[in-house]
Amino acid sequence: MFEYFKNIWSGFTTALHGMAITSSHIFAKSVTIQYPDEKLTLPSNARNRLQLEMSRCNACNSCAVACPVNCITVEGTRVSPDDPQQDVHWDGKPRKMWVTRYEIDFAKCCFCGLCQSACPTDAIKHTVEYEYSEYDRNKLLYKFQTLSPAEAEEKKRLLAEFRAKEKEKECSSTAGKAHEAKE
Amino acid sequence: MESTNFLWDLFGRNVWTVLAVISLPLLFVLVYALIAILAELKISAWIQERLGPMRTGPWGILQPVAEVIKLLQKEDITPDQSSKLLYNLAPFIIFTGAYAAFAVIPFSSAFVPAGIDVGLFYVFAIGSISAMGIVMGGWASNNKYSLMGAMRSISQLISYEIPAAMAILSVVVLTSSMNMQEISSMQSGGFWNWFIFGGPGGWSKLWVIPFTIGLTIIYFIASLAETNRVPFDIPEGESELVAGFHTEYSGMKFAMFFFAEYANMFVVSAILTTIFLGGWNSPFGDFLQGPWWGVFWFILKSFFIVLLQIWIRWTLPRFRVDQLMHVGWKVLLPLSFVCFVAISLFAMLN
Repeated sequence: MFEYFKNIWSGFTTALHGMAITSSHIFAKSVTIQYPDEKLTLPSNARNRLQLEMSRCNACNSCAVACPVNCITVEGTRVSPDDPQQDVHWDGKPRKMWVTRYEIDFAKCCFCGLCQSACPTDAIKHTVEYEYSEYDRNKLLYKFQTLSPAEAEEKKRLLAEFRAKEKEKECSSTAGKAHEAKE
Repeated sequence: MESTNFLWDLFGRNVWTVLAVISLPLLFVLVYALIAILAELKISAWIQERLGPMRTGPWGILQPVAEVIKLLQKEDITPDQSSKLLYNLAPFIIFTGAYAAFAVIPFSSAFVPAGIDVGLFYVFAIGSISAMGIVMGGWASNNKYSLMGAMRSISQLISYEIPAAMAILSVVVLTSSMNMQEISSMQSGGFWNWFIFGGPGGWSKLWVIPFTIGLTIIYFIASLAETNRVPFDIPEGESELVAGFHTEYSGMKFAMFFFAEYANMFVVSAILTTIFLGGWNSPFGDFLQGPWWGVFWFILKSFFIVLLQIWIRWTLPRFRVDQLMHVGWKVLLPLSFVCFVAISLFAMLN
């Protein structure tokens, strides 16, 4: 009998205790962040959209090799010494490779950060920018190359011309050497 | 019948005033339901340290309006194998049961839609009609969850109707009246005369106060079970029965169930207010007492009980079926009997 009333009493008081706890939460500050109006500042090492700095990139292809989902495509061509347009890197050293194509498909990117750690020149980096969703998936294919396709073709042609010239020179010189050796 | 309705005093009794008397509580229920839904959303959010709806209107106050419009637009689906007539009738019967109880609720000393002498008895009789609607809806849906929800709802209703009836009966013993308007007017003259504190009387009523407070709590708990609210929501426990007896309902018919649930919440709160908390009486004697202030006090007290129901809903977890039966038959029923006997003794000695 005593147990019976004790149970009723504890059931009643614990319910009141619970209500006291919930009422204290009513007046506590809400944890909600109303997203488009207020945003959290992300830590500076947050891994979101990638950004390529073209003045650092030398088309070494390390990032494309490191990428586990193959979302990076890199193509480069050597700078011909005869090229009238010569470029320098960010540190003042002459550019040796034109980046003719540098594309990242963010529809595939898994934000693992491997490209960032593979890059020898710190050209590719994750930024804190994350609001870039699109209605069309093709719009997520970002093209970072600064050269137009026509310019890229021009650079390739210049290099091919230079190489052909080099080869011709080499051939004539080796032929001359052979001739000398015979005599 | 004495004049308990200001509309009849003003315009006489004709078809138009009768229509006005019928639709006035409906208007009130519509506005009240919107406010109660918003209160439910906001209080649940605040208890969980969220903000709740914030985008529809300033601080989200138009959210219930948006939800009603959404429900109006929804497709009305009738299950193929259901019993069409019963299925379509159930929501209306439930709402009729909930709304019919408003006929005897005294909103003010000058307004009660129908001041009948058996008001409390009528409320209890009408309250069982919604149980009929629940069984109809659950059975006609031809869905195991609906049927189980309906069964549970009925067993719960039967268990909890008795303690609630004992609580009301005790007040009837004290007042010798079932007229809710009379019961209200008996409690005038400050909160000390409310029936939660033993009603009007001298110091001899002191020993009966624990019993009346106990009965108030018993009635409140039983009313939670009657309106199928947490912690007694096993008829519609989402984690076990999808949505209980209204699993198959969609669109406007679901809205009717929803609406009836909120109307029922107000009905039980209004009865609790009338029989234990002084009805439309001001808690401070003649301070702010009067027909218009009566509406204010009545709605304030009822809404406080509704808020209490919402508060409990977001505090306590759901009972198991056996726990529910234990609380109903082994705790509330004997306690209400003890209180009833004590109050009868008090009424006899007085």
